[in-house]
Amino acid sequence: MKISEVARILNANVMTGEDKLDMEIHSACGSDMMSDVLAYVKDQGVLLTGLMNVQVIRTLLMMDMNCVVFIRGKVPPQGIVEFAEENGVVVLQTALPMFESCGRLYAAGLGKAEEGAEGINGEYGADDE
Amino acid sequence: MSEALHYHFDVDGASFANAGKASVETKKLLRQLGVPPEIIRRISVAMYEGEINMVIHAHGGDADVYITPETILITLKDVGPGIRNVEEAMKEGFSTAPENIRALGFGAGMGLPNMKRYSDDMHIDTRVGVGTTIELWYHLT
Repeated sequence: MKISEVARILNANVMTGEDKLDMEIHSACGSDMMSDVLAYVKDQGVLLTGLMNVQVIRTLLMMDMNCVVFIRGKVPPQGIVEFAEENGVVVLQTALPMFESCGRLYAAGLGKAEEGAEGINGEYGADDE
Repeated sequence: MSEALHYHFDVDGASFANAGKASVETKKLLRQLGVPPEIIRRISVAMYEGEINMVIHAHGGDADVYITPETILITLKDVGPGIRNVEEAMKEGFSTAPENIRALGFGAGMGLPNMKRYSDDMHIDTRVGVGTTIELWYHLT
């Protein structure tokens, strides 16, 4: 699924990264706990989160993730958007809550290609190594 | 490790917003050096967790990266409170982080377990009231 498709499904605003909307992503993760995200190392592309601080972007960078969706209508402060922009991370922002955001993307097929261990909703692959 | 490349970072304990800067820099360095991406990711995640721990628990400290063709060693050294019970701290979900840290997305009790998971060898040297030094080893060959 292209990031542009994620944005469309979630009625999301693109805060930065318009030039990367054609990038393909194959799975997603929804969590407010960054340590849980860090425990879930797969070839994920998108993080959905209600957490809003600069560590969200650093977590994405550590994990080679390309896109963050800030949920529940929270608008990220300019500093976070700029830090994301400097590091090539796409920032989306949606009014939808976590459950519905994840549900819509899953129903649209995101993450289903990799049936099996990893889910979409903040699960982490405990036996990944 | 006489021929090791060595990089040093001060981990600023006063600012949560700055936590992770050393890891981001290290990741860039390792990319420039052509280290395989999968190893870079493991190092980045482990070092980042360590850096966050140093800021949450120990008022910052020193992060050092030593690189040879065979191994990469990350040392994270602080003069914080030390870890009272290492065995407990290694359990997933065990955390002594205060509630305000959870609100920042950390303190889930995954820090040390993640560091172990994403290193080839991990050594913890800790003394209560003195400090903690953690070594993260990666074997490239």
